[in-house]
Amino acid sequence: MTRPTFTLDGVAISFDEGQTIIEAARKAGVFIPFLCAHPEFPAHGSCRVCTVLVNGRAMASCTTKAADGQVVESNTAALTRDRQALVQMLFVEGNHFCPGCEKSGACTLQSLGKDLAVTSAGFAHESPTRPVDASHPDILLDFNRCILCELCVRASSDVDKKDVFALSGRGLDKHLIVNAESGRLADTGMATTDKAMSVCPVGVILWKRRGFADPIGKRPHDVESPRQRVEGKGKTS
Amino acid sequence: MRADSPGVRSTSDILDAHRGDPTRLVQILRDAQRECGNWLPARVITEIAAGLGLPRARVEGVAGFYAFLHLSPVGRFRVLVSDNITDQFAGSREVAGALCRRLGVKRGRVRSDGRVSVDFTSCTGLCDQAPAILVNGQAVPRVTGMRLDAVVRCIEANLPLEEWPQDLLRVDDGVRQAGPVLSATLAPGEALKKMLHEPAERVLAVLEGSKLRGRGGAGFSVATKWNTCRLAPNDCVVVCNADEGEPGTFKDRLLLMRHADHVFEGMTIAARFTGATAGFVYLRGEYEFLAPHLREVLHQRRAAKLLGTSIAGERGFDFDIDVHLGAGAYVCGEETALLESLEGKRGVPRHKPPFPVTHGYLGRPTVVNNVETFADAAWLFANGLDAWGALGTPQSSGTKLLSVAGDVERPGIYEVPWGTTLREVLTLAGAERTKAVQVGGPSAELVPPSMFDRRLAFEDLPCAGAIAVFNDSRDLLDVVVNYAHFFAHESCGFCTPCRVGTHVATRSLDKLRRGQGSQSELNELNTLTRLLRDTSHCGLGATAPNGWRHYLDRFQDDLQRRLSVEFQPAFDVEKALAAARVARGDEP
Amino acid sequence: MTAKVRVATTSLAGCFGCHMSFLDIDERILPLLDKVTFDRSPLTDLKHAGPCDVGLVEGGVCNEDNLHVLREFRKQCKVLVAVGACAINGGLPAQRNQFDVGDLLRHVYFEEPGLTRRVVPDDPELPALFDKVRPIHELVKVDYFLPGCPPPADAFWAFLSDLLEGRDPRLPPGAIRYD
Repeated sequence: MTRPTFTLDGVAISFDEGQTIIEAARKAGVFIPFLCAHPEFPAHGSCRVCTVLVNGRAMASCTTKAADGQVVESNTAALTRDRQALVQMLFVEGNHFCPGCEKSGACTLQSLGKDLAVTSAGFAHESPTRPVDASHPDILLDFNRCILCELCVRASSDVDKKDVFALSGRGLDKHLIVNAESGRLADTGMATTDKAMSVCPVGVILWKRRGFADPIGKRPHDVESPRQRVEGKGKTS
Repeated sequence: MRADSPGVRSTSDILDAHRGDPTRLVQILRDAQRECGNWLPARVITEIAAGLGLPRARVEGVAGFYAFLHLSPVGRFRVLVSDNITDQFAGSREVAGALCRRLGVKRGRVRSDGRVSVDFTSCTGLCDQAPAILVNGQAVPRVTGMRLDAVVRCIEANLPLEEWPQDLLRVDDGVRQAGPVLSATLAPGEALKKMLHEPAERVLAVLEGSKLRGRGGAGFSVATKWNTCRLAPNDCVVVCNADEGEPGTFKDRLLLMRHADHVFEGMTIAARFTGATAGFVYLRGEYEFLAPHLREVLHQRRAAKLLGTSIAGERGFDFDIDVHLGAGAYVCGEETALLESLEGKRGVPRHKPPFPVTHGYLGRPTVVNNVETFADAAWLFANGLDAWGALGTPQSSGTKLLSVAGDVERPGIYEVPWGTTLREVLTLAGAERTKAVQVGGPSAELVPPSMFDRRLAFEDLPCAGAIAVFNDSRDLLDVVVNYAHFFAHESCGFCTPCRVGTHVATRSLDKLRRGQGSQSELNELNTLTRLLRDTSHCGLGATAPNGWRHYLDRFQDDLQRRLSVEFQPAFDVEKALAAARVARGDEP
Repeated sequence: MTAKVRVATTSLAGCFGCHMSFLDIDERILPLLDKVTFDRSPLTDLKHAGPCDVGLVEGGVCNEDNLHVLREFRKQCKVLVAVGACAINGGLPAQRNQFDVGDLLRHVYFEEPGLTRRVVPDDPELPALFDKVRPIHELVKVDYFLPGCPPPADAFWAFLSDLLEGRDPRLPPGAIRYD
């Protein structure tokens, strides 16, 4: 029996029933840009950079199920412009200073920006004031870089069963909070062994005393970018 | 309870009153806040979380989502000035200024004695009686002159709201033209009894034959929605969307004040048809003052055996309705965000599919309809298909309630048959020298005079209710800027384009209004229009650009006069240098 | 022979690191000089820019002098290019943006230990600081952006080559960097 297929930029992609478009594409080695999607967690659909045209209609490919005969477009000039603008929005919303960030070279937002050839922030910077939380002996939270993907919220809840993180506020004031009356990470059950420790795509959740360990050129995304990882073209593969 | 006195109910009393049910979290937070002097101290959040078995951060996150729940102190008299654009044109800014001055408080701050705070809020649905304020949830219309004096006096006298002059708190019906639906006086149960013993197929035939479509904006077929729900496995739920948040809309206020029985009757008919056992009215926080009346009507209907078990003597026909209050979140008018809120969560719209008709409240099949839709359904079953069919156009059957406000002689509520032209509505309301009309609210259409002959109908100019009229003395950029700020304030913040894009748009539009906007801002707004429309998670983001889009497209002459040739910074250069100049003593 | 393209460069709230990286194009500067002549630039030590074809601006805007220079560049240059992280998003200097600039000045000149004269310098020659450090596109219209801290020499080379040949500049893969 033949598997159902859809076309992605003209290329036939077969899929299993129930798979989303981005999952099927990833399995087939085709990269659709993403930020908040994570293979180990259910789709979130908040960053919107994985937006594709499904039979001509714009949809998030992480939340849209693949269907037989779908015509999906991803690599178009208009979608690239949209994705660039979304990445720029995330950059101006927070305080992202790559030259001084421990996560530089391992940051999905940074890699995506470069992949999309984003050269400027485009919009005016928000320059919000977001104090860091250095209360925990081993973990630093730098909220300046948060893109609100909720991966830490989901990991702490679904995997760690600790619910260390949640979101409060709304609109541009939406922000990450921790599960303590004091508002301090030290007063939560967070541990470095938690899944939530390793899922942040940007530089919010950091090990203290561990930064800039890899020289430029040898950092994780220097070796293999998110695109190369999906396309199987990383230097290590 | 006096506004200034300490709480009497403990957190555990409140939790008990809500049966410790986490789905009632928004209601619990509202009640707890009232006992704590209008805000939620960290300790209370911790107690509620512990009592409900929820992570504390999740409870804090829910409280942090809603504009009417406060994690830091506000005044024990919390005064909110409705700040829709027609309110502004009616003097809301002056009212806020006068209140702040007279009460000795800065806007957005709490007076040092903790007595009072004054701030703006999104449209409170009293545009026909503007400028209006809410005091601890209680509406006070027409706050000018002696009425403003009276408000100040009551607050300074620390008078509990129950003791304020009744005249001050009276909200007028505002009916200017009653059609068949508003003139109807159905006896409780009259419509229900006409369909009670009809087989489902016959009821469906009436619904299909009526072509009744949802009145909340999307215009979805009621027959299809109800029937999908009826056929879905599991126990159904009927929800009345009374989150009338679209600025400039206030017709549901009237239906709930004067025709609550019709609305509940429509819900009960839906329950009979779908087999639902549970019903909710999701009432916007701004309409808190209507809740006692609604609960009283529900009580009467229970006493009349029109709610509860064995309704109208029918064994197995069990259905009841609960009133849930929102807490200041426009996005909860989106049906899946509403359901999240009903479940005690942050009002973030869900991914669709699945749709509420199959997976709604707590995963159960759920009918969500607008207040007016239920009232229309009751009218339809009371008066029959033929009477209904005589109203409206072939594709838009029945009548529509319009909330007319702004620059008109006679603001208020008008019931017109679908198919009425906008020009006819303007004439009815006494509009002159009209420059533009926002039809259906900020999320819908800004209509120039060249389009006034369009018909209000799903097939031409759809309208969920709001008709905001602007005459030639108004600056349309004031209008567009107000709408943009509204969306930025009301974005739930879930998806990037809406969270950031609505805010970025306000900056560009503010610049345009100040005469500092150039081609760069127009390019940016065009980018945002496409981005928000195509990539937003829900309808709020997708429709947020409509205000500025129609202005840029349809009011080119107006726009061109406002454009600056050169790019200009968005900030005031001199002001940006002031802090450093003061520090080094260049300036006093 | 056609007239040479006039290029001006400057550093606002920057560290001249971008200029150094530009010079890292090494011997390629010789063929470049066949086509390009420098107007105001650290290389020429001219104090004001005349009419130019291209202006390369390093650094963000942290004080009123920066704004003055930036406006002169915008006025004189047909094509204005934001060069490097600081020009593009404020960079390292912008990390002060979450503090009140008045508080910062008072802290530095009044509260730091070892100060003998507790006064904020107010010589009229010293430009006043802005409340925030801003990227240049928030003050003037910018035509192109060369990201990086600094942008690699190859990015300068590729960008200027495209521009001089009349092509729309495109940075080669690997030449777009944010650090």
